[in-house]
Amino acid sequence: MTYLIDRRLQGKNKSAINRDRFLRRYKSQIKDAVGRAIKGRSITDVENGEKISIPVKDVGEPAFGHAHGGVWEVINPGNQEYQKGDLINRPKGGAGSGRGKAGNSDQTSEDDFIFQLSREEFMNYFFEDLELPHMVKTQLTASTEFKNQRAGYNMSGTPSNIHVLRSLRGALGRRIAVGGNSRKQVMEAERELEALLLLDVPEQDARVVELRRLIHHLHTRLLAIPFIDPFDLRYSNRVKVPKPMTQAVMFCIMDVSGSMDESRKDTAKRFFILLYLFLKRVYDKIEVIFIRHHTAAAEVDENEFFNSRESGGTVVSSALHLLNTIVDERYGAGQWNSYVAQASDGDNWDNDSLLCKQLLINTILPKVQYYTYVEITDGPPQNLWEQYAAVTEHHAHFAMQKIVTPADIYPVFRELFKKQPK
Amino acid sequence: MNMMTKKPVHPRALPEQSEWTFELIEQIHEEIRRVAADFGLDTYPNQLEIISAEQMMDAYTSVGMPVSYNHWSFGKHFLSTEKSYKRGQMGLAYEIVINSNPCIAYLMEENSLTMQSLVIAHAAYGHNSFFKGNYLFRTWTDADAIIDYMVFAKNYINECEQRHGVDAVETLLDSCHAIQNYGVDRYKRPAKLSMAQENAKQKEREAYMQSQINELWRTLPRRDEEEVSKKAPRFPPEPEENLLYFIEKYAPLLEPWQREMVRIVRKISQYFYPQRQTQVMNEGWATFWHYTILNQLYDEGVIRDGFMMEFLKSHTNVVYQPPVNSPYYSGINPYALGFAMMSDIRRICEHPTPEDREWFPDIAGSDWRSTLDFAMRNFKDESFIAQYLSPKLIREFHFFAVLDDDKNEKLAISAIHDEVGYRYVRQQLAEQYNLGNREPNIQVWSVNTRDDRALTLRHTQFQRRPLNQQANEVLKHVARLWGFDVHLDTVDPSGNIVSTLECKREKRNRHA
Repeated sequence: MTYLIDRRLQGKNKSAINRDRFLRRYKSQIKDAVGRAIKGRSITDVENGEKISIPVKDVGEPAFGHAHGGVWEVINPGNQEYQKGDLINRPKGGAGSGRGKAGNSDQTSEDDFIFQLSREEFMNYFFEDLELPHMVKTQLTASTEFKNQRAGYNMSGTPSNIHVLRSLRGALGRRIAVGGNSRKQVMEAERELEALLLLDVPEQDARVVELRRLIHHLHTRLLAIPFIDPFDLRYSNRVKVPKPMTQAVMFCIMDVSGSMDESRKDTAKRFFILLYLFLKRVYDKIEVIFIRHHTAAAEVDENEFFNSRESGGTVVSSALHLLNTIVDERYGAGQWNSYVAQASDGDNWDNDSLLCKQLLINTILPKVQYYTYVEITDGPPQNLWEQYAAVTEHHAHFAMQKIVTPADIYPVFRELFKKQPK
Repeated sequence: MNMMTKKPVHPRALPEQSEWTFELIEQIHEEIRRVAADFGLDTYPNQLEIISAEQMMDAYTSVGMPVSYNHWSFGKHFLSTEKSYKRGQMGLAYEIVINSNPCIAYLMEENSLTMQSLVIAHAAYGHNSFFKGNYLFRTWTDADAIIDYMVFAKNYINECEQRHGVDAVETLLDSCHAIQNYGVDRYKRPAKLSMAQENAKQKEREAYMQSQINELWRTLPRRDEEEVSKKAPRFPPEPEENLLYFIEKYAPLLEPWQREMVRIVRKISQYFYPQRQTQVMNEGWATFWHYTILNQLYDEGVIRDGFMMEFLKSHTNVVYQPPVNSPYYSGINPYALGFAMMSDIRRICEHPTPEDREWFPDIAGSDWRSTLDFAMRNFKDESFIAQYLSPKLIREFHFFAVLDDDKNEKLAISAIHDEVGYRYVRQQLAEQYNLGNREPNIQVWSVNTRDDRALTLRHTQFQRRPLNQQANEVLKHVARLWGFDVHLDTVDPSGNIVSTLECKREKRNRHA
């Protein structure tokens, strides 16, 4: 008897849980590896999955075994030149152990254990423990989303919603209630009849005949009680409840002036890409506004923001003015959580920096939840940094960091968006 | 065999195509079954399952079992298989076969019709008949119950995870896995149990074992005169080779569910024990039969030249033995040695030379089928090689023995394939497959029942070989299971302690 079974249609991810167990166990090592991996990546790569390597010794499963030493006498195939009694030098560098068998493979190679994470998993590790700080659930009324929720039972509804258990329970109760009286009478009549028959009362006796008729009549009545009645039916009831939702908007402001050379722009873009991926991933409902500025500021779309090249002088306040206008026009009246991330090399027209500081303190910061500034420079702080440093004294939800090399991007990003103690 | 002869087309000849279909697989399977039956192969019923490459990787992960409990080490295995497969560094094995009744053999959908036929002949008839016939498998494994037992194990461990947390279960399994090769009875024969009995007995065991242990570790004060008069009896009375068994029965602090899990790992380890001892024979037998069956079908004309060319190509790849100085050399290929030996036995039976008559007077000229059948049933690698490796094969493989003694400055060639060396080479090669020599011999020596409850293991040195560096790590796992200090004494064959390892348990971590 032979069976030929096609199993291909059955699930293929039977090992998924074992894989998860592995990832769970080595979470911290994997996180480190993800951090290392991101350093070496260009912008477009960030979103791909990644090869992760962790040291083999960490994932080893120890077992008793022989180490090299003592006496090993090994049979090998493929003798070409040796005669009995020949002496040969030991192979250099532990190769001797390679000749043995599984038992003495003690010198575990210091290679790393390498495996592939999917894009999804990679990003999960990547953005773990990060959040937008000070997120407040504002404006529940603005929500357009509802969720279905159970709300007891109903007397009417569609057949597909019939709750069988509830309906039958009701029917049973009704049958007991409606039939109670008749059943009692039947029992009494039957008891009386039995007593009479025990006394050898003849079948033709008037009382016996009457009792028999009564019992028959009552049984008929009991049988007439319907097993289930439309009245018994109960339907599961569901109601729509508005889902509380947060609305957030993120402003990305990037300096594209001439003083920002290509490498700095590249660093800034990488920072924003990271931010953008983070936002898109973690928050369903979030709007992102891209603002680019040199002497004048413009609102652009995502593609243009990351890809176009343009340069000129620098007036940072132009971007702040535009930001302010957009907030007032579209995201005002306390209905939105607003976030701003700004990147620049810190180079600005002298008088403008002071203006920026005033704008931030008086106009912008009261309206936004969190404002981050990254300065991309390897030199000493420029005038904008100094002015901005003064802002921190006024507002706790203003943060600034410096990026010197591309390798700083990830740590700085984590620092700015780490989960804050509540 | 003469490939180029024109033959009349066989009425049931297979079409020359590489795509398989269900009908064709059934057809070729029927032919293979018929030929195998003609050759007298006795098998469990077969269950052939078509699976995808992803499913094959899943099967790898759980050592081929259709069900297994969950553990991170399987995930690690899966990740590395997946990685090398996806990058094309490695092809997947063509076949996995499970020693169960019915015998389950996996056919991968990517395989060509030829490869499917090869797998069917190899796994579903070769391995299958070996599982059914070989004495080790007959003694140690129960093909009827294994799948049920794996289901039981998976459910039980799942339940434990829910009750006691994933972490507690995971650390316990880690520790059990570390000594799973020492969870094997080498001499005692196990009783067979059905699933229902297993379930019922499990409850019984829990209650009973707890009571036993409490007796052993009794802490009630004894009367004085009793205490002075008796020296503590030695425990265990005899050294115990099965560490997991000993821990399951006597570890003082384990909870009943932990004991049951130790038992599960031990049972599974025991189940795989015969496979570890019969690699050469098992693969040799299966390879010999796929080769013999498909050649028979070719001679009959059921399969034709194109099919045969593809088959021979992969067959020769499988049985290739690179020489020791080749960069591809990684030990003796069990397929090559096993196939050569099986074929050689047939040759000795059918066309014995004077040398064979001198070396194998019993089998030279006998009926090859019954001789092979006898060899398959009654040997393991070690004894099989000691019994049947012929001088002809030693010459063909150019076997030579290298003696590596760390007291000598140089390696010495102790024997080669010549008249004086045959027996020596054969003996050494057989020793090489002796599991008892390959793994360090470590047994439970004693337990200090009256004082600190420390467990002493004893490693009896073989050929002065030291333990590997992981021993310390493993000892920590043993200490975790035992719950108290563990010592590992290494002794030379005359019983003098050469060195000692120990692992102390910190008191406050005992329940961790």
